[in-house]
Amino acid sequence: MQAFMYIVKYLVFPGFLFSAVAGLMTTWVDRKVTARIQYRVGPPWYQPFVDTAKLLGKEVVVPAGAQHTGFLLMPIIGLAAATLASTILWLVNLNPDTSFVGDTIVTLYIMTVPAIALIIGGSASANPLGALGASREMKLLFGYELPLWIAVLTTVVKVQSFSFAKILSYQDYHGVMLGSASGVIAFIVAILCSQAKLCFIPFDMAEAETEIAGGTHIEYSGAPLAVLRLNTAIMYFVMPIFLITLFWGGVSFIGWRILTSILKYVAIVVIMVLIKNTNPRVRIEQAVRFFWGPMFALSVVAMILAVLGH
Amino acid sequence: MSLALKALKKSPWVFHVNTGACNNCDIEILDCLTPRFDVERFGVVLVGSVRHADVLLISGVVTKNILPRLKRLYEAAPKPIKVVAFGACGLRCGIFRDAYNVVGPLDKHIPVDAYIPGCPPKPETIISGLVKVLSSL
Repeated sequence: MQAFMYIVKYLVFPGFLFSAVAGLMTTWVDRKVTARIQYRVGPPWYQPFVDTAKLLGKEVVVPAGAQHTGFLLMPIIGLAAATLASTILWLVNLNPDTSFVGDTIVTLYIMTVPAIALIIGGSASANPLGALGASREMKLLFGYELPLWIAVLTTVVKVQSFSFAKILSYQDYHGVMLGSASGVIAFIVAILCSQAKLCFIPFDMAEAETEIAGGTHIEYSGAPLAVLRLNTAIMYFVMPIFLITLFWGGVSFIGWRILTSILKYVAIVVIMVLIKNTNPRVRIEQAVRFFWGPMFALSVVAMILAVLGH
Repeated sequence: MSLALKALKKSPWVFHVNTGACNNCDIEILDCLTPRFDVERFGVVLVGSVRHADVLLISGVVTKNILPRLKRLYEAAPKPIKVVAFGACGLRCGIFRDAYNVVGPLDKHIPVDAYIPGCPPKPETIISGLVKVLSSL
């Protein structure tokens, strides 16, 4: 019975169905805000759902030289991992008793899988531009993981625990992490790293549409492309929730906190969209230098401040 | 009408092919994406890869060099795919009709679903052509 309940949670709420709907709505917010910034009207709210339905009905083309298994399996593995990360985060936020030892580490680890799936899928597509996108994604992964982990560990050092439940209860008693100097610095580092994790401008060189025609996505069509886009949408939903849980007191469905939770979430999404719309795409070596230079230094400063108790 | 086709009408993704146009048509296509016309209201986006495309928007005369590549592009696109001949050159080769390197109008080589005339077509004409090609689904 316990196992059955977990399967329902994984597939319906707060797992796949909930995350997919919320993620697709987030991509709509993204497109709408982008359009408003450019003085356009933008697509209607159901646009991401229509896009997904359409892609599911299209023909699936597998390139002649591609590795069939890797090419078709990788989007699904990425989707499964993104859904799992979302499920863990939401279960902990709704009911802190479901927290387990080291779930921050597990979530961070699982959130790497979609990127790795994209790397393998792009390499398996037998397309030179796909391989180029995959190699860029790999370098980017090496770039942003280091500062992101240190930023997350800043919170862990302050709380003296690896579990989300402890981090949430600490913020209930001592105020949110964003209230402290180390929290603010770590949050800035983490939000820039999530920009890279989601493959957004300025760090979208892996799937640069205008330069390498979609990069890792280039050979995907029909249903696999729909799954890949769903994957991105769910990660777009997971990353802000992850940041809110670590730095901004978590989300909740109880009473008025439902409203503040939605406001926090939309605020972080809009910050991401604004970064996306006011920056040019950087080159891959600039991105890696940015993450290993200033971002690494900032995250270390945050860590030292946290150890000193600020 | 199936759900997938209904969805296709609401989100046609356009892949733009220039087979040797003078770039004037291409500028007009970009006009449709600007705030004044904003075709993203109807779900239209320009995509970078032909594998993502629902509509092939082909501008320019078909030259000898581009013909085999154009045919491969048409075969590489996932079906159902709609082909739109764009501008006077796409329709009847325009002023380049008698040039030595031109191999005739587009519909001699691949099936065309809609024609958008003009040199270059106005954005209003483009949107009207888009409506026609989608209502032919």
